Amino acid sequence: MASYSISNPETNANRSHESKRKKRRKIEGENHAEAVTTEKNRWKTATEQQIYSTKLIEALRQSRRTSSSPATAVRETADRVLAAAARGKTRWSRAILTSRLRPQLGHKKVKATGGVRWKKPAEKKREPVLQRKLRVLRRLVPGCRKISFPNLLEEATDYIAALEMQIRAMATLAESLSGPSVRLGSDLS
Amino acid sequence: MSSRRSRSRPSGEVSRITEDQIADLVSKLQQLIPELRSRRSDKVSASTVLQETCNYIKNLHREVDDLSDRLSELLASTDTDSAQAAIIRSLLM
Repeated sequence: MASYSISNPETNANRSHESKRKKRRKIEGENHAEAVTTEKNRWKTATEQQIYSTKLIEALRQSRRTSSSPATAVRETADRVLAAAARGKTRWSRAILTSRLRPQLGHKKVKATGGVRWKKPAEKKREPVLQRKLRVLRRLVPGCRKISFPNLLEEATDYIAALEMQIRAMATLAESLSGPSVRLGSDLS
Repeated sequence: MSSRRSRSRPSGEVSRITEDQIADLVSKLQQLIPELRSRRSDKVSASTVLQETCNYIKNLHREVDDLSDRLSELLASTDTDSAQAAIIRSLLM
């Protein structure tokens, strides 16, 4: 019993080609606007939080023994799973995932020389206040040191929403782990 | 050839951002920060919004660190069965 998709290969190929082209154009047009709004709302859904909690527990169980302290291991795992949940659409998530591959020597160097080159604010202000705050923001959101101001705000928006979800998921998890576990059996029966 | 020049140079334009653009993005950001959501947008300067955003992100980072601390302790002390029960419970919440 051949399936219907095989019966007319030529017409099917043409039709799918046409529809694919139309769909692609439509998607590209709508995608950008929709992507921004759905991305923002995505971090607020309960489903996303549940998916994150599950993946986090799995990752934590697999990486029980690590070289660094257990708290940093948990933090790094949580960040990594969060970045993976973003599905590569945002810069901060890609930066988190790639930063695991290289040691953080460069980061420390920036911090060390920052104190030496710091200009006293009492002198002529080379850098306007707004620029200075922007620089702090750039440091806080991973991977956003050189992008434009509008993109930075978009990344920060998504990053904040994602962090809030991460906190909700981890808090819920911590609550469940610290509560008594014996009662669950009696509730289900 | 000269008609092609109607498109301005992309690299030069990026650095010059209009005031309107800034105001628009800043007001969007203001809606996200719990501190600033109740304040009227014309009373809150861009500088304040940026400052509060930085503070807020730092607070969120700190909360994640605290939760990581707590989770690491809890995971070390619980056995597999309790952990699995906890997962189920947290998913049902």
